Amino acid sequence: MVKENFNPKILAFLCKWCSSAGADLAGTSRIKYPPNVLPITVMCSSRIDPSFIIHAFKRGADGVLVAGCHPGDCHYQSGNYKTRRRIFLLKGLLEDLGIESGRLRLEWISAAEGLKFASVIKEFTRGIQTLGPLNRGNG
Amino acid sequence: MKADHRKKIGVFICHCGINIAGVVDVNKAREEIGRYPGVVHSEDYIYMCSDPGQNFVKEAIKEKKLDAVVIACCSPTLHETTFRRTVESVGMNPYQCEIANIREQCSWVHENKKAATDKAMKITESVIEKLVLNESLFPVTVPVTRRALVIGGGIAGIQAALDIANAGYEVLLVEREPSIGGHMIQLSETFPTLDCAQCILTPRMVEVGHHPKVKLLTYSEIQEVSGYVGNFKVKILRKPRYVIEDKCNLCGECEKVCPIAAPCSFEGNLKVRKAIYIPFPQAIPATYTIDADKCPGFLPIACGKCAEVCEPKAIDFDMKLEIIEEEVGSIVVATGYELYPPKMIGEYGGGKYEDVIDGLQFERILSASGPTNGEVRRLSDGKVPKRVVFVSCVGSRDPENHFPYCSKICCMYTAKHAMLYKHRVPDGEAIVFYIDIRAGGKRYEEFVTRAQEEDKVLYIRGKVSKIFKDGDELVVMGADTLSGKQVEIRCDLVVLSMAMTPSKRIEETVKKLKIQMDEHGFLQEAHPKLRPVETLTAGFYLAGAGQAPKDIPDAVAQASGAASKVLDMFSKDELEHLPIVATVDEDLCSGCGVCVPLCPYEARVMEIRDGRKIAAVNEILCEGCGSCVSACPSGASQQRNLKDDQIINVVEVMLTDGKGEF
Repeated sequence: MVKENFNPKILAFLCKWCSSAGADLAGTSRIKYPPNVLPITVMCSSRIDPSFIIHAFKRGADGVLVAGCHPGDCHYQSGNYKTRRRIFLLKGLLEDLGIESGRLRLEWISAAEGLKFASVIKEFTRGIQTLGPLNRGNG
Repeated sequence: MKADHRKKIGVFICHCGINIAGVVDVNKAREEIGRYPGVVHSEDYIYMCSDPGQNFVKEAIKEKKLDAVVIACCSPTLHETTFRRTVESVGMNPYQCEIANIREQCSWVHENKKAATDKAMKITESVIEKLVLNESLFPVTVPVTRRALVIGGGIAGIQAALDIANAGYEVLLVEREPSIGGHMIQLSETFPTLDCAQCILTPRMVEVGHHPKVKLLTYSEIQEVSGYVGNFKVKILRKPRYVIEDKCNLCGECEKVCPIAAPCSFEGNLKVRKAIYIPFPQAIPATYTIDADKCPGFLPIACGKCAEVCEPKAIDFDMKLEIIEEEVGSIVVATGYELYPPKMIGEYGGGKYEDVIDGLQFERILSASGPTNGEVRRLSDGKVPKRVVFVSCVGSRDPENHFPYCSKICCMYTAKHAMLYKHRVPDGEAIVFYIDIRAGGKRYEEFVTRAQEEDKVLYIRGKVSKIFKDGDELVVMGADTLSGKQVEIRCDLVVLSMAMTPSKRIEETVKKLKIQMDEHGFLQEAHPKLRPVETLTAGFYLAGAGQAPKDIPDAVAQASGAASKVLDMFSKDELEHLPIVATVDEDLCSGCGVCVPLCPYEARVMEIRDGRKIAAVNEILCEGCGSCVSACPSGASQQRNLKDDQIINVVEVMLTDGKGEF
């Protein structure tokens, strides 16, 4: 069930060339989406050390989105493939840590996909609202 | 909140008219950000990017002696450069200026003013946290060797070499065949003007062959390329031609006495040549070459007739394979194309029937210097063919069986072939099977119309299913998709417009160059529209049909484009490179080498320093993706101004609830 009054904290790691440009296009096109997602832009999705994501969950994130260029379109040739492998492994690890793997999402968003950026944010926010706040126990 | 108090930071919030200020409470943001640790100045203005706005930034830097500034405004893609120049003009390092994107990624996508204001402040605070640990950076510079290598001596390579040489720079032009000229020199006449290929190309060949700035290395191949943009080291393998180029006077006595015959590839294997040969009379360099695979002369007892008759004593059986090393700053790759072999299309009898030939073979039959001296005759029996069928799109546009792409030039050369055939055999009949006519190009459509209307070439829209022999005639079975009928045409000669494919040994060459290929083996440009002559590997440029099927004008245009990119590089004393590259802390690096295979640019290299293995960074090759940094298990690898600490601090400030503690 979606908890409408729950305002999740979501971090979005965006690559500069495709996904951040896609987020810019959502803005230029004035497509509205929930303000819960805070963007962090890096040069390439492969710059995202899995430990940043774990750190984000530890410090209060209810969800983390990682977005990069579509397969084959990476500005740095193959960075997104590395990201895909890292996120796949990390999802398994998150389950072991008691964090639902649905709280971590990997998306390919191109510079032309403003609409996709906005709909991913909407969907993901609703998904996290359904999961509820991340229970960090006493840690 | 944890910003370093030692850095004095100024924050400038732009209203962008009502674009930001209509949703974000800029007054509140200015006041609250002004209280953020480290911020000593905060200001808002209606248009920060305007001259007065930029002047506020400059004044504040000077008056408050700011160490760094954040501009909270539109996307950094728009005004990052503007503001970095602004701060630089008053003596601040441009990397001490960062943009907080509160328009595209905040005010334009949210309606709730409170939420948008909170988010705009968070974004700005996160940029402050990043900025606190920013270093002042300077472009990485590298000297340029003002000398170019052009690989491939076809029309594209010749054009690129001439453009660069005429601008005053040295060029090495490397060609693996005994002569330059490529496929263009095999052509009889060229569309749409019907000027003879040899007439327009040989002057260019002579020019490049004698140019004081061009070092021509034919019968040579690239063996190894090392180094990086501006500073390549190239090893070139010079195959021995067993004839001393400068001594050979082309008298041709050797050829007369040579007892060994071999198929001549220049003539599309329609003619034989001797083991000592010159591919065509206008070859550059003008010299004979001994085909070592065929010549028995390496056993002096067996032969040596050519050496006996050679007056200038040009023949040297002891000539050795030679490897030469050269240094160049940039490389133009013009490796060209090949035709897909007709034998790949079994149902057309390609490679089986002598009178089913490909387009380049028909060019030789049309050529005045070809195997039939320009008379259109069949190779099987010397008969003048009275009906010729031309088949387009053989192998092209056939994703199920061969290649999905269009070979681009076949519609035009098929029209040319049919037209030239009709000029030579006016009472003959020319029939073209086609799928569509693609005649995009200056005067191309008119040319095809001329073939149809003036030269009465019959065009049948449809594919050919089968070609077989019946007596001394060929039978072409196909569909006429306009009338919906099956057709069966008896003819004397069939010319197949074979698909263009990348040059056979290109894959080997490309691997040595470390540039990319597409799924068909064509060379991959850096961007299909905006960077069509560059590659993703700095310093390499593309020209000609090695990149994609193209005709002569396109190949020449691309070659001149590639040459101008090379000249652009040579116009600078040093190359500049973005400094946001990976770094390595040698004390922390354990030499595990995890980063090395991750780098797509080969910028991470194992080196020995003080007896220890270190994964060093070549700053020139590093493009700054940070892929290696996030894989480093010890934290020894970092990215400048995107260090782990910076990103962690950004994550933390993003997640605080504004009360300042965790």
